[in-house]
Amino acid sequence: MMKRFLASALAGAFALTPMSVLADGHSCKNEVWNKVMSRGKIVVGVKADYKPWGYRDTSGDIVGMEIDMAKDVAAKMGVDLELVSVQSSNRMQFLEQGKIDLMIATMSDRKDRREIVGIVGPNYYTSGTNVMSPKALGLTNWEDLRGKPVCGKQGAFYNTIVEERYGAKVIAFTGNAEAKQALRDKKCIAWVYDDSSIGSDLSSGEWDEFEMPLNSEDDNPWALAVPSDERNCVFGRFMAGMQYQWHQDGSLIALEKKWGIKPTQYLADYNERMRDWLAD
Amino acid sequence: MEIISELFRQIAEDHPRWNFIWMYQPVQQGKILSGIWMTIKLSLACLVLSMVIGVLGAFAQGSRNIILRSVVQGYIQFFRNTPPYVQLLFFYFALGQFTPTYSSDGWIEEPIISNVGWAIVSLSFFAGAFNVEIFRAGIEAVPESTREATESLGFSRSQSYRYVVLPLALRVSLPALNNNLVNLVKTTTQAFGIAVPELLYQSVTIWNDYPSALYPTMLLVFVVYIVLVGLLVMSMSKWESSMRIPGYGS
Repeated sequence: MMKRFLASALAGAFALTPMSVLADGHSCKNEVWNKVMSRGKIVVGVKADYKPWGYRDTSGDIVGMEIDMAKDVAAKMGVDLELVSVQSSNRMQFLEQGKIDLMIATMSDRKDRREIVGIVGPNYYTSGTNVMSPKALGLTNWEDLRGKPVCGKQGAFYNTIVEERYGAKVIAFTGNAEAKQALRDKKCIAWVYDDSSIGSDLSSGEWDEFEMPLNSEDDNPWALAVPSDERNCVFGRFMAGMQYQWHQDGSLIALEKKWGIKPTQYLADYNERMRDWLAD
Repeated sequence: MEIISELFRQIAEDHPRWNFIWMYQPVQQGKILSGIWMTIKLSLACLVLSMVIGVLGAFAQGSRNIILRSVVQGYIQFFRNTPPYVQLLFFYFALGQFTPTYSSDGWIEEPIISNVGWAIVSLSFFAGAFNVEIFRAGIEAVPESTREATESLGFSRSQSYRYVVLPLALRVSLPALNNNLVNLVKTTTQAFGIAVPELLYQSVTIWNDYPSALYPTMLLVFVVYIVLVGLLVMSMSKWESSMRIPGYGS
């Protein structure tokens, strides 16, 4: 009885799977691109809890480095911009379901994610994994985390890595605010997250008793994404061009500076590599 | 066993969106199993505790002491009128500050009540508030004459409650109680918000790590809850029919 029930449930579920669409050039329908152009508005999924890449200012508007990038995209397409705040744990689903047309949401570029959403290069940023922990504890080594509770954020790919490599007990919260509150409440010895984000928290002056004591690991470029059907069509190519231009003309470095982010070697290297050979 | 995991490995390869990863990868399987176990433990603890709260609360509601009655009324209003998710966050983050802690390494302050503990407390109180009202309805359905009969037999108020009123009231309350307990089991998913590693928490972790496992894992969560709630409903109706008094009620 149970077996038959499971079998029919499975069969039903398979029937719901969308037909796989051919990814060759000649099948480009550019549905989302055309929809955005005819509607005159692009909906971009961004973070609202990741200062200073995407966060709410005192008046409640979402601002930040990635929002400036989204604004530039809308300007170049000649359409209006609507921002939708997404979470790490739902950003890819929002894009797949068409709730957003484009995602620029501090997402690490991972192989399995490329199978789900249309990630196009060149990657616009990179960050590694580090922890924020109280100076009083004086952590020096990733091994210091073994067997200890460490606060994390649902949706971050390195939670599992930190668990498996260093035996930390990751307590993953749904939002950054809850996780950092748990660290302040001494429910964990450290908050494992992107080194770039921790760096900006530390420089905000609200975390004076805390430090980022370890060597960053697993440096991982970030990626923006278009719907996967449009990766190799107009939308994907356009976004690749946008990122190329941002790297070449130094926009990303300027944005880094504008938002008070510590300059990264990654952006400087890219800027150098893509320099126009005729420019003086 | 080997054949089954091979089969699911093959399905994952042929259908990139249908990666039943917990059917062939021991680590993910462990997460799912521990999640299910945590959900079961959480549900059982909350079921028992909320029933106890309901029975005691309904008794206190009939008390002659006005202070006791208003305390129960205040409790019901507070827990029934606020969302359980907000209660969880409030208990864990706000009240958690004031509970005693002990420290093993000079930094970590291990609270005596862990996040699992707070989830049990807050969800039980939430469901308990409804249970009090459900039992009250049952108690009010017990005829006044029956209660007077116990009085004339020399029963005290608590004796009359224990031996006559509650057993009869329980039978009337069971259908409504059933509904509330089903809701309670489903509400345990909200403990996710304070990082209790129950089924939903583990499932979200898996589909974040393996986006290809999203659909299968969501499907699994559905199936597990259908089965768990199904078992609960089945045992409740068994209980209901075993307690049936011919001629009493319908």
